[in-house]
Amino acid sequence: MKAKEMPVVKFDKVCRYYGSTDNGGEIVKAMCEVSFQITKGEFVAVTGPSGSGKSTLLHLIGLLDRPSEGEIYIDGVAVSKMADARLAKLRNEKIGFIFQQFNLLPKTSSLKQVELPLVYAGIGAAKRREMARSELESVGLLDKLNNRPSQLSGGQQQRVAIARAMVTKPALLLADEPTGNLDSKSGAAILELFERLHEGGVTVVIVTHDRDVAAHAPRRLVIKDGELVEDKGNGHG
Amino acid sequence: MDTVELFKTAGVAIRTNKTRSVLTTLGIIIGVASVILLVAVGNGLQAYVTGEFEALGANRVMVMPGKVKFGSAPPGFGVEAKFDFEDVEKIGKLGSPISEVLGMVVRAVTVKYMNKSVDAWVAGVNQGYLKLGNLEIARGRFISEDMVRRSQMGGVIGADISEKLFRRGEEPVGKEIDITGGKIKVIGVLEKKGGLGVGGSDENSYVLLPVTAARKLTGAKTPAMVMVSMENTESIPVGVKKVKDYFYRRGLTDDDFTVMEPKELLSSISSLLGVVTGALSGIAAISLVVGGIGIANIMLVSVTERTREIGLRKALGGTKRDILLQFLIEAVVLSVVGGMIGVGIGWGLSLVLSRFIQTSVTGWSVGLAFGISAAVGIISGLAPAIRAGRLDPIEALRYE
Ligand SMILES: Nc1ncnc2c1ncn2[C@@H]1O[C@H](COP(=O)(O)OP(=O)(O)OP(=O)(O)O)[C@@H](O)[C@H]1O
Ligand SMILES: [Mg+2]
Repeated sequence: MKAKEMPVVKFDKVCRYYGSTDNGGEIVKAMCEVSFQITKGEFVAVTGPSGSGKSTLLHLIGLLDRPSEGEIYIDGVAVSKMADARLAKLRNEKIGFIFQQFNLLPKTSSLKQVELPLVYAGIGAAKRREMARSELESVGLLDKLNNRPSQLSGGQQQRVAIARAMVTKPALLLADEPTGNLDSKSGAAILELFERLHEGGVTVVIVTHDRDVAAHAPRRLVIKDGELVEDKGNGHG
Repeated sequence: MDTVELFKTAGVAIRTNKTRSVLTTLGIIIGVASVILLVAVGNGLQAYVTGEFEALGANRVMVMPGKVKFGSAPPGFGVEAKFDFEDVEKIGKLGSPISEVLGMVVRAVTVKYMNKSVDAWVAGVNQGYLKLGNLEIARGRFISEDMVRRSQMGGVIGADISEKLFRRGEEPVGKEIDITGGKIKVIGVLEKKGGLGVGGSDENSYVLLPVTAARKLTGAKTPAMVMVSMENTESIPVGVKKVKDYFYRRGLTDDDFTVMEPKELLSSISSLLGVVTGALSGIAAISLVVGGIGIANIMLVSVTERTREIGLRKALGGTKRDILLQFLIEAVVLSVVGGMIGVGIGWGLSLVLSRFIQTSVTGWSVGLAFGISAAVGIISGLAPAIRAGRLDPIEALRYE
């Protein structure tokens, strides 16, 4: 049975608070008691109003952030017990992350940006270059290989970020509003790319405001005020 | 990540952030170069002054019979030495660091020429005394080795004696004068000299005779004092010990002789030099601090950018170790390159300056300047890496 399969991601009453009361500051509860699990090969859309905690959730899944309370399991292993080096390896090998703000290195060519995760994966220079090139080709940026972020449009920067996330062929692709800066045509092209990856067995979690995108996703998580208010199309529940 | 990749990454980061790299190296260059230069000037000054001082006789000690205090008027007066000229000769053969020994005869005499007479000191010296006593000949010539060997009765008179015995325009050289105990021929006149001479007495009223002649004239069996020259100022304590040990072996005690070292003068000169060197070191320290602040400032200004970069690198799979090593290599490369250029410039400028004043570059100043600048560069370069390395990637990415 599918339900017995090990979940790729499991949240167990996860909370994430910001700020501290040390200096009389207020605590922001960006995420509260969220529990769910994602199985291998799922395509999940996360929706919700602005400021509801979607990015927070995605960062937690991507091992970029740690929960204030509760526990996150990746392939059944509790994240809080993992050493820094292990987390870094997981991020590098298993996870591709597309940031809402792109987070590209300044003054660095598209090619070098996309090569960066491969550097940490220990892949040789020639192979790296080749892989980065073909990934940039698949997002339609073959003519912008040597451009720096400042020489790219918002949408082009977005596509460099996508190429960087996908170049390691991750098993888990996390995208925070990947089509937000793109026209509907290129947006559709990107989604098609995700679709293909999904068909190839990649687990995809995508944060989106786009109703069409959300509607197409087999599973939808709706977040409101840091709480999981809806979990539609969960075929395993 | 392997070391080659780390070096490549650091190299790319240095080239990518040219302004920061150049300014950082500049801070180190200025710090290192100025310290080396200032210390070189300070050392040069010290060497110059010490050298001058040594030329004045800083490397010379006096051995007096009995217990004497420095500055007390003419030695050899009333005190009969318990050592003789044979001992002087033996001390001369004690070897390094003793380079030259002169057993002097000093006696109070009356000098007469025509109907004039004047009180004077007669001193038996050898040909080396002109240099030893830092004297200069105004007229005629000084006592020669040959005169010492043949105990010739020819003498060099001090400026005061010359003034008192001879009329203006009268040539003293070649004249025969009467001196208590005999007659001598004037062969030279000393240049008038300020300050204190031998044992604190006034050399302007001396009659210098070949030591052999003086012994004959005065009938002295023992020297009034012994002048011992050392190879250099530093070796004085060793030489003094040799001399003292010689006397102890001869059965003499501390009451029988006094060794007078030019300590007082030395200490006042070295305290003056200390002030000068201290001032230069202070300026050097300030330039190091200024250079250091410059380096730290530039490194810290780029922290936001760097913290985000670190967050991104961590997000993409960089470990704490990768991050730390990349930044360490970056900082070390910048510091070492800057340090080497700084040493080159500091050294070069010292060489240029040495055409005008004495300079001397020392190893410790190079090491100190290099060390401190490099440490500041490395610490301030590493600081963001260490802090950001501890953050979760998303916190580092949000840093502002
Ligand atoms: N570092 C932080 N410190 C304090 N509060 C934070 C921090 N990060 C996020 N928040 C707060 O947490 C809440 C959730 O933020 P989050 O970025 O997850 O929202 P979001 O759903 O992604 O919004 P959007 O759709 O606009 O991207 C917001 O109220 C935000 O103000
Ligand atoms: Mg968001």
